[in-house]
Amino acid sequence: MHNKTIAELAAGLRAGEFSSEELTQAYLDRIERLDASLNSFITVTADAALQAARAADARLARGDAAPLTGIPIAHKDIFCTKGVRTSCGSRMLDNFIAPYNATVAEKLAAAGAVMLGKTNMDEFAMGSSNETSFYGPVCNPWNTGTVPGGSSGGSAAAVAAHLTPAATGTDTGGSIRQPAALCGITGLKPTYGRVSRYGMIAFASSLDQGGPMARSAEDAALMLAAMAGFDPKDSTSVDQPVPDYSRALNDSVEGLKIGLPKEFFDQGLDSGVARVIEAAVDEFKKLGAEVCEVSLPNSGLSVPTYYVVAPAECSSNLSRFDGVRFGYRCENPVDLEDLYKRSRGEGFGAEVKRRIMIGTYALSAGYYDAYYLKAQQIRRLISDDFRQAFERVDVIVGPTTPTPAFKLGEKFNDPVTMYLSDIFTIACNLAGLPGMSVPAGFVNGLPVGLQIIGNYFAEDRLLNVAHRYQQVTDWHQRQPSGYE
Amino acid sequence: MPLDSHEVEKIAHLARLAVRTEDVPEYATNLSNILTLMAQMDSVDTAGVTPMAHPLDMPQRLRADQATESNQRELFQSIAPQVDAGLYLVPKVIE
Repeated sequence: MHNKTIAELAAGLRAGEFSSEELTQAYLDRIERLDASLNSFITVTADAALQAARAADARLARGDAAPLTGIPIAHKDIFCTKGVRTSCGSRMLDNFIAPYNATVAEKLAAAGAVMLGKTNMDEFAMGSSNETSFYGPVCNPWNTGTVPGGSSGGSAAAVAAHLTPAATGTDTGGSIRQPAALCGITGLKPTYGRVSRYGMIAFASSLDQGGPMARSAEDAALMLAAMAGFDPKDSTSVDQPVPDYSRALNDSVEGLKIGLPKEFFDQGLDSGVARVIEAAVDEFKKLGAEVCEVSLPNSGLSVPTYYVVAPAECSSNLSRFDGVRFGYRCENPVDLEDLYKRSRGEGFGAEVKRRIMIGTYALSAGYYDAYYLKAQQIRRLISDDFRQAFERVDVIVGPTTPTPAFKLGEKFNDPVTMYLSDIFTIACNLAGLPGMSVPAGFVNGLPVGLQIIGNYFAEDRLLNVAHRYQQVTDWHQRQPSGYE
Repeated sequence: MPLDSHEVEKIAHLARLAVRTEDVPEYATNLSNILTLMAQMDSVDTAGVTPMAHPLDMPQRLRADQATESNQRELFQSIAPQVDAGLYLVPKVIE
């Protein structure tokens, strides 16, 4: 059962081949048996999952099931889930039982999806290796000595190891696409505003976006259909109809105009990764796509720009964690300032503290123009580069990451080197564009991701392009040994 | 622009973060490296470029000033570190 796609599972549930309760138990058993080697889950909600599965079975029996009814999923532990610990990978929220549901959790539950548990992640989504989690690092199922990527590393590893058919993730600078690439799965970061941020613990509010992580574009389309849509509770949610993402999957890509950004193929790109991406581009040519070079001249500035915008916004967002109303409080505070400082100093890990301090510095008196304003101006230039490119092409294609998965510990003590892992993904977030990563091959036994970037609200096109690619390749069906 | 230990301590204070004295030099090194990365922004002339605060250049949506949520104080206070009589408790602020 655990090797079936969501569409196959949905058909099996309807045909009565198995119940949601049996399916859910099978996945819970896999988590129990295999996750000790990965650490991809922070919390497993077995009892609630079986209860939800029985409710889904009743709904299936009544004949009013939605496409995801009875399908097990996992949530990144950044989405608030009522009555369930929502830790955000941090000591700060280790004792936080969310008093409400994120809209994404609410929508997936309403669709009948069964939550297996909450997945591990970099603390407050700040990291590219899942090593900053208070609950310990996650291992990559393709090689447990390497990182799964981050920050949605637990979701990526769990999907890759078939511990769940799909999971939610969030992407502020690449946190869905980069781990999807490193773990060999399909991940989609939607257009900013497509998926509600309500109840998704905020890191950088002008960049954060939730999205699906699955084993194929077809499954990602089913997940996104349930997650997307206008939400009055999120003031940046966009009021635009959600198309039927599954309907356009099989559209022809003949005549599709693909742009290859020359800056993504410069030095710094691993030669093995480059060969994989070139082979993927050849597949698209065989499918009748037209390929040309495009330029994103300011994309090289996306990392420094991001490391002003994201920390500035995080320093503001994370000021709510003060040890007063919820979350961690230090022992025996002598006064209010001591309570604030020690609760935050002890509750946050080193990377979160670095980013809060960088953001505080960039926003402090006298530095605003040099840092935050300057970054917002470059953000405009980066966005304009994409606008011009999309006048000529339908999608932009390139590598998701400069290298395959790196070793645990390799970059952990060098923040700037770690930040450069996201060099190809960050520009999308700054511009607010949708982007995907799909498995495209291997280098030294480790998966390589192909990134597909589309115009605003072109998620249907991205899924279509990815699906057609997955019809002529089988990279997305490869499984890590030991997790078959 | 490298930061020294004194500046790191000042920033930590502004951010209300207790940082152990022995960790300050490492923060100074790492934060200085990040500032060096940020300085790459100076390589491009942005005179006259309109800053981009929202990725879709949309204004913030407003809603009518009406209560839409019910009072859930007891639920919210059930996860608070310290409460009494419906109030959040903190160390004494006023003598």
